[in-house]
Amino acid sequence: MEKHVLSVLAVNNSGVIGRVAGLFSRRGYSIQSISAAQTENPDISRMTIVVEGNEDTLEQIDKQLSKLVDVREVILLSENNSVRREHVLVKAGNGEETRNGLIEVANLFKAKVVDVGMDNLMLELTGEPRTISAFIRLIEPYGIKNLVRTGISALERG
Amino acid sequence: MKLTGAQIIIECLLEQGVDTVFGYPGGAVLNIYDALYEYSNKVTHVLTAHEQGAAHAADGYARTSGKTGVVIATSGPGATNLVTGIATAYMDSVPMVAITGNVALSLLGLDSFQEVDITGITMPVTKHNFIIKDIKDLATTIREAFHLANSGRKGPVLIDIPKDITAQINEYEKREPLPIEVVCKMTDEDLEKAVEMINNSQKPFIYTGGGAIHSNAKDQVFQFASLCDAPVSSSLMGQGGYDNTDKRYIGMLGMHGTKTSSLAVSECDLFIGIGTRFSDRVTGEIKSFVPNAKILQIDIDPAEINKNVRVDHQLIGDIKCVLTKLNDKVKKKNNSEWMDKIYTYKEQYPLIQVGPKEDILTPQYVLETLNELTNGEAIITTEVGQHQMWTAQFYNFKEPRQFASSGGLGTMGYGLGASIGAQVANPDKKVVNIAGDGSFHMNCNELVTASKFNIPIIELLFNNNVLGMVRQWQRLFYDKRFSQTTLDRPTDYIKLAEAFGIKGYTITEKSEVRDVLQKALSADRPILINCVIDKDINVLPMVPAGTSIHQPILEIEINDE
Repeated sequence: MEKHVLSVLAVNNSGVIGRVAGLFSRRGYSIQSISAAQTENPDISRMTIVVEGNEDTLEQIDKQLSKLVDVREVILLSENNSVRREHVLVKAGNGEETRNGLIEVANLFKAKVVDVGMDNLMLELTGEPRTISAFIRLIEPYGIKNLVRTGISALERG
Repeated sequence: MKLTGAQIIIECLLEQGVDTVFGYPGGAVLNIYDALYEYSNKVTHVLTAHEQGAAHAADGYARTSGKTGVVIATSGPGATNLVTGIATAYMDSVPMVAITGNVALSLLGLDSFQEVDITGITMPVTKHNFIIKDIKDLATTIREAFHLANSGRKGPVLIDIPKDITAQINEYEKREPLPIEVVCKMTDEDLEKAVEMINNSQKPFIYTGGGAIHSNAKDQVFQFASLCDAPVSSSLMGQGGYDNTDKRYIGMLGMHGTKTSSLAVSECDLFIGIGTRFSDRVTGEIKSFVPNAKILQIDIDPAEINKNVRVDHQLIGDIKCVLTKLNDKVKKKNNSEWMDKIYTYKEQYPLIQVGPKEDILTPQYVLETLNELTNGEAIITTEVGQHQMWTAQFYNFKEPRQFASSGGLGTMGYGLGASIGAQVANPDKKVVNIAGDGSFHMNCNELVTASKFNIPIIELLFNNNVLGMVRQWQRLFYDKRFSQTTLDRPTDYIKLAEAFGIKGYTITEKSEVRDVLQKALSADRPILINCVIDKDINVLPMVPAGTSIHQPILEIEINDE
């Protein structure tokens, strides 16, 4: 199944996420991640939604989203015409002996150490989604305690 | 001027030209009903027996008048009782504004008495909904709700108003309704391509749906069909969008379509869908639906293009606007060979209803007699089931807004409320609700509404003592295991009608039909007709769900022990 990234501009009110999420669930569209926050204009929020589906499904998602009264614009972001980023916070490590290894991986990815505990470190990284995935894979052997990814946020180039 | 929230609501309804609302009072709408009392010389309120009946009445009012239906209900159960009616309107794109009360702002979210999250509940069955949290937004929201209900593809909009907002005072200034933009956004190239497809076609087929009715495009469709020289089929929702008595009309298409329509679709070289969404009841198995033709779809909603069926070309816009432009460009065609073939099919495969025994009372006979006595000009509403299909097959609809039936949602219990709304909107027309005994029992409480306000509808009940449509499926696909579909209820329909203050007649023989119908049609008060029919008269032709529409079942043998 292909993945597609949609950038959706919508009126910034409390119900809009529910409307978008409800649309996806009742029409059976598969949503992989959604990240949303207000834009430079506090009345408008931008959601970056990653969906799975073939071209037909994508066409329907685009049209059905556009029908929501609160939705102002739906932009399909291709890999080439957009910058895509994701942010991760990960707490990992299992005692002192894993600390150096973790710091090495963090340095390799230019990740930041944002918190130091007795047994573990909290690392932070922003990057291309696949970089984030690779980073997590390399952290895994050191014992991941908690992890949070934001989902993709993306903007059109140019 | 300074007005209360409740007064502002009524003033905003008046701005929109609303003179009739349907509803039911309750705690959270006390202020609104108090304002209705004050404005009773300007707004008529029709009190139904149940909020669901009020929602269906607003729907029937809208479908048969083209105006926006308005329904008011209280919070909690009042609001949830509207849901089926709102969903019915949503599936058939009916313009409706539902106003619900809610508990006061300070009580919202605390599981207060009669509190329900109706905007959450109705999110998937409204075009949009609102909850008012500030009286300053009240008037603009109501104006926007009417605008939304009527723009583009029409549909229901709900406004939830907490009780304290209806009591607060705010400045109100009268405004003109927001103008409704006519959607017609195809390019010249789009238009040229469509014209070329039509010009290149020797065997075009036209299929019209509810969109042609919502857009009031009857004349444009008629002219278009003449220019294309094509046969015309209409969906259930499209009944009346094309004159059924015209020679080009060949009946419905799909699950209970005519053999002629299915042959025409299998042989045509261009399928032109006008204001139709290719419902599964119409297409049957998608891959065999239109085997040898290109498809041109004309619809106001871009999301309906390529949703169920892949089309070759589309024109997006209001049907009347698109067809007006097309009619200017399409050259008058002559497809006499094709049309002769269609006329031959039409003669060869007429709709003839047979029962399990010779010479019994059939719905076909009753409906054709009704058609004759009303000159095909009555407004007909229906419930859902066999009687609904028979009505679409045997009553000859000639005008848009003559037929109101729950097509998309298939709501049993829709018709009686809808007929009340239709009669209120059309006091000079005869309104008949065709019902089955299953649907009748769902909302028969609304007989009292017709009786109380002397709304002179005819409730024509085809009483076969079974849930006939489900029974038909059980006969065909469940080895005649008639699970829970044999009703045999002890209801005395005449006594029940009388208890509500309505005169009732029973028909059991053909010979009684004309006389009873004449009596009912000349009465100026509501009448119930209990028309007793055999339980094994089936709806034919029939295409089993998900199979090819080109192999309809044409007869069903009844040889029960």
